[in-house]
Amino acid sequence: MNRRTALKGMVVAGATMARATSARAATRAAAPADAVGLLYDATLCIGCKACVGACARANDLEPDTSWSNGLYQAPLDLNARTKNIIKVYREGANQSYMKAQCMHCLDPACASACMLGALKKRERGIVSYDATLCVGCRYCEMACPYNVPKFEWAKLNPRIVKCELCRHRISEGGIPACAEVCPRKAVIYGPRAELLEEAKRRIAEGGGKYVPKVYGETDGGGTQVLYLSHVPFEKLGLPTLGDEGVARRARTVQHAVDKYFIMPAVLYAALSAATFRNRKNAAWRKPPEEPQP
Amino acid sequence: MIRGAQPVGRFTMNRTTRTLAVIAGVGVIAMLYRMAAGLGAATALNDGYPWGLWIAFDVVTGTALACGGYGIALLVYIFNKGAYHPLVRPAILASALGYTLAGVSVALDLGRPWMIWKIPLYFWHWNPDSALLEVALCITTYMFVLWIELSPAALDRWRGDPGSRLHKIASRLTGPVDRGLTWVIALGVLLPTLHQSSLGTLMMLPGPRVHPLWQTWFLPVLFLTSALSMGFAVVVMENLFSHHVLGRKFETAMLASIAKVVVPLQVGFIALRVIDLAVRGDLALAFTMDSYAALFWIELALFAIPAVVLASRSRVMHAPTLFRAAGCLALGGTLYRFDTFLVAFQPGAHWSYFPSLGEITITAGLVAMELLAYTAIVHYFPIMTGAAAPRAQVEKAGV
Repeated sequence: MNRRTALKGMVVAGATMARATSARAATRAAAPADAVGLLYDATLCIGCKACVGACARANDLEPDTSWSNGLYQAPLDLNARTKNIIKVYREGANQSYMKAQCMHCLDPACASACMLGALKKRERGIVSYDATLCVGCRYCEMACPYNVPKFEWAKLNPRIVKCELCRHRISEGGIPACAEVCPRKAVIYGPRAELLEEAKRRIAEGGGKYVPKVYGETDGGGTQVLYLSHVPFEKLGLPTLGDEGVARRARTVQHAVDKYFIMPAVLYAALSAATFRNRKNAAWRKPPEEPQP
Repeated sequence: MIRGAQPVGRFTMNRTTRTLAVIAGVGVIAMLYRMAAGLGAATALNDGYPWGLWIAFDVVTGTALACGGYGIALLVYIFNKGAYHPLVRPAILASALGYTLAGVSVALDLGRPWMIWKIPLYFWHWNPDSALLEVALCITTYMFVLWIELSPAALDRWRGDPGSRLHKIASRLTGPVDRGLTWVIALGVLLPTLHQSSLGTLMMLPGPRVHPLWQTWFLPVLFLTSALSMGFAVVVMENLFSHHVLGRKFETAMLASIAKVVVPLQVGFIALRVIDLAVRGDLALAFTMDSYAALFWIELALFAIPAVVLASRSRVMHAPTLFRAAGCLALGGTLYRFDTFLVAFQPGAHWSYFPSLGEITITAGLVAMELLAYTAIVHYFPIMTGAAAPRAQVEKAGV
């Protein structure tokens, strides 16, 4: 057993323990066994935006040139034509690039919101979109704590647009275009467990270069896209969410009300009984009395 | 059959109804533009504020204001308060129209409305986590429930008119409808209980994106209680207003006794909000000098003032005061919903939203349609009770 497999074993054991703990606390969903993801290391990124162009090409997205007079791709933020973007944070001497795309949450709020499961965790834990089940209600946009799903406002047959981790490339044996094209390996693709292990190794060997935390390990219940940074994560626009799954609270309430239709059925029976009794005996149902002469 | 309910009489257009018709017409043109040009062109909605006026007002506030039918049904059929029975039909009519137009609004708001039929039919895809799914299914069903609850009014009219082509069928249907109505009425209490609370659950999912003065575990309870108060408030206002317009004697005593129900609801709402904030340790936010704290206090005031007014026996018997208190309450519930869905929603500093002209015209058009339809229907069908009183008597009452 070499060092690598030993580490892997420890990670798996740790993950199992974490799963057991979270099962007890039930505040966090476990990662799917085949979960894949990205690891973005902000200390390595040079902001070349090769990933932005590669993403647009790989996903047949028309380049967003609205802020460059039609000259070159210059999206301001994620939008209906941009599934992946490089942003910059600058404050005095501190600066960092930031890559934003779907986080592929372990307990995605968008999927929890979606009425028919158009957005859902499917193969490899990828939060993917099925337009045939989407009515265009945009509750996913309301729900996502990272403001990721975008809507094709300009179209008459609009869809939701978001990073699906190049699942069409993965199913053909490829990897996400952003990870493939990155010249500095600032973003890498792989099984989530291995990425997490790698991230922790970099922190351990980084000599204090990194914020000692892997964003996405537990944040918002955990995500399949993980971040390493030398500046505080909130400076990169990553929200402070706590360890609880973002969808958990609303789900707890929703299930308490609706699970197996027990509560509604019991309530309906009681209401029917009361209505039946009260209508039967109600004074207004008796024929009007003849006026006394 | 409601004793004493009768059509108001021939419906003629006057200046008010003509104005409403124009507003409704402009609304229809705006709706056609929305369908032809798409959401991006017709609305100010964006990726930061994907929900705007139509959801916050037409759906979330509109259906709460249309909870009169729910509130009165709860009192009459569940709590056996037969005294309020004359209020059933006017309340159900207002509710049926309110919910129907909320449905129209949803169809306009959806980006892919031609997929709407999949929501009820693709039951194997139903997501049990989705509060929106519950809201969608409940509101759709309740819309039909309300029209069925109202159908005896139409049957009464046609049955009582031997010259009508529908006379025979109406006579034949009256018995079965009356017997089956029990099950429909019970459903008409169950469904609003479920979806009015779930409208609150909707905003739990955005979690930290909703300002902590509004984000709470108790959103469903707060939405349900305020929806009931708003429904009662609208019943009171509608009753006073229509009696004033039609020159009828006010039923102030009956309306005032509804206030007895509303006061504990209001007190409960305020207490729950304040205690919840205190327990969470966020009460300090209410004393911050910002617009959120200001809106919070305005909401509480709009809820507290009517509660104080309605608790006084002498004041509540004064029709104009009663009308203003009810108006205050309806406004408070409206503001609470706007705040929860729009103002307290914080997608990020670089996003902003103010409804476009198209959105406003469509909402105004829908409200105008509702008022017009209400007026027309009470003229043709036996909805309202109470005979006309001498005009002078009404004027003395001072509304």
